[in-house]
Amino acid sequence: MSMRRVAVVGAGMTKFMRRALETPKELAWLAAKGALDSAGMTLDQIQGVVHGTAPDAFDGLHMKGEYLSEGSGGWKKPYLRCYVGGGTGVYAIAQGWFQVASGLFDTALVVCEEKMSTCLPHPQAAFLTIFDNITEQPLKPNLLWIFALEQNRYMARHGIRVEEIARVSVKNKRNALGHPSAQLGAELTVKDVLASEIMAWPVHRLMVSPTSDGAAAVVLAAEDVAKRVTDKPVWIQGVGWCLDTTYWTNRDLYYPEYVEKAAWMAYHMAGIREPRQEINIAEPYDPFAYKELHHLEGLQLAPKGKAPQLLADGVFDRDGDLPSSPSGGLLGVGNPIAAAGTMKVCELFWQLRGEAGPRQVPGKPRRGVAQAWGDLMQVGTVVVMGTAQL
Amino acid sequence: MSGEPRTVRGTPLELADLKKGKVFTTAYVPKIQYAWDTGVAIGRYLEELKNGRLIARRCQRCQRTMVPPRMFCERCFRSTDEWVYVQDTGTVNTFSLCYVSWDVRRLKTPEIPAVIEIDGASPGMGIMHVLGKVNPKQVRVGMRVRAVWKPPPQRTGSITDILYFAPIKGKTTKVGTAKKPR
Repeated sequence: MSMRRVAVVGAGMTKFMRRALETPKELAWLAAKGALDSAGMTLDQIQGVVHGTAPDAFDGLHMKGEYLSEGSGGWKKPYLRCYVGGGTGVYAIAQGWFQVASGLFDTALVVCEEKMSTCLPHPQAAFLTIFDNITEQPLKPNLLWIFALEQNRYMARHGIRVEEIARVSVKNKRNALGHPSAQLGAELTVKDVLASEIMAWPVHRLMVSPTSDGAAAVVLAAEDVAKRVTDKPVWIQGVGWCLDTTYWTNRDLYYPEYVEKAAWMAYHMAGIREPRQEINIAEPYDPFAYKELHHLEGLQLAPKGKAPQLLADGVFDRDGDLPSSPSGGLLGVGNPIAAAGTMKVCELFWQLRGEAGPRQVPGKPRRGVAQAWGDLMQVGTVVVMGTAQL
Repeated sequence: MSGEPRTVRGTPLELADLKKGKVFTTAYVPKIQYAWDTGVAIGRYLEELKNGRLIARRCQRCQRTMVPPRMFCERCFRSTDEWVYVQDTGTVNTFSLCYVSWDVRRLKTPEIPAVIEIDGASPGMGIMHVLGKVNPKQVRVGMRVRAVWKPPPQRTGSITDILYFAPIKGKTTKVGTAKKPR
C-alpha cells in the first residue's frame, strides 16, 4: 500500500471524573492543548482536526460535533466528527491516520470527549434508544442486559467461573493507582469484587466501569514533520475496524468475530503474523471485566476461552509476559465513552516512549495494540503502534 | 517538553455541589414525540404477534430462516424470498438476572432478559425477550421455553403481546449444542 508513514507525536488528557465542573468544550480544550504542548506544537501547525464523541443524548445538545469544534481546535479548519459508539476513541485515530497517510495533510489533531454526568438521573437511561425501536425497546432493556447476556454466553460456552473474571477488576483498578487521571484506582481482592452488589448476574458492581466526564487527544504527523518535532515518534503501524450486524440476537455472543477481523486488518498492515509473539503490550477495551478477556481473544492474544487462565497465570500483569491495560483501563481510569478509547492510545504512546512513570511496563516494549468496541455489541476498532518505522 | 503531563487538569464535582447551588446549572426536559413506521417486515411480524404467532423470512440463497424477519438478506444483499411461520418455543441461548431497571431503579425481584433461539428458525437465530414463571435460581442456558401470550383481546401488535417465555418442564439442552449461525 502506498501510504505515508504516520506517527503520534503528542498526547494529552484531562482527569476522568464522575462529574466535572468544566463544560464539554472546556474538557476538549484541556486535552487538545495538553496534546499540542506535549508535541511542542501550536494549533497553526495543525492542518486537519478529527473529533470523536458519543450520542448527542448524553448532553441533550444537537450538533454536538459542531458545539465541540472550538474546544477541539477545529476553528476554520477541515473538521470531522466521527462516531461508532464505544469504539469511537480508537476509530477516531484511524480517521486522523488516513488524512495524513493519504498525503492530504501533514498533521492532524484527534480529540475525543465525553460528558455523561449531564444526563439525569443517570446517563444509563439514554442508552435505551440504542435498542431496536420496535422489537426491543418495549421490553425496557438496559445496557446491563446486553453485557450480562454476553458475559453469561462467554462463561457458558467455555465453562468460565465468575471469580476468574473478577480478577480483571482487581488488576485494572490496581494498575490505575499509578495513573494521574484515574477516577477509580483501588487495591481490591477477588473477594471484594464478588462481594459487591449483583447488578445483573453474572455482572457485579465492581466489574462495571464508571460513567465519567473527560477528554483525551493525540497529535498525528507525517514522517518529515514527526522527525522534526520529536526524537521519539511512536509510529502507527496499522489500523483496522469492522462492523457486525445489528441483529445481535442472531449471532453467538461468546466470541467477537468483528474484533478479530479488525485486528487482522491492522496486523496485516503492520506485517504481524504471530500477534502473541509480536505484540509487547495491549490496551483492550474493558468497559466490563469480562470484555477485556473477550477482546484479548478477539485480538488473537489468547486462544478462545483461555484468556482467564492466562490472566490467573499473571501473563497480563504489568510485569507479565503481555501486560494488558497497564493504564488501569476503563475499570480503573474511567469511561468517558469516546475519550476512553483514546486514553488507551495515549497510554501506548507513553509506554512505548518509556514515559509512563509509575505505570511503566518493564522490558522496553516496542509494539502495542489498542482496541475499542461499541455500538450494539458490534464494532471493533484497532490500532497497532510501535517504535519501529516500518 | 514531552511525555506524560505532570499535572492533569479537570475539576471534579459532587452531585451535592449542584444540589446546594455551589455551581450554576440550567435544566432541560425534552418534550418530543415520534411515530415510528414499522415497515414491511416488522409490520407483518407485529400483525402475526397479534394473531399469537411468530413469523420469519427465508433467503433461498443462504438458506437462512431469519427472525426477526427482514425484507432483504444482509449477507447475500438480495431480497428475501418467503414468509415462514416458526414455533413459539425455543431454547435459552443466554440470560441474566437483572436487579436494575432501565432507568436505574433497584429491583428486589430480578428481571430475566434472555436471548431465545426460536424453533423452526435457522440455528442460532434468537430474539430478545424476558423469562417468567420460573425460579431465577433454576434458569439455565439450554433451558427449553415456550411463549406465554396475552389473551387475544389485549394484544396490540407488539413484542409485548408475548408476556414472557416460561420453561417447558424438565427440558434442557446441553450448552453449546446449538449450532453456530451460518
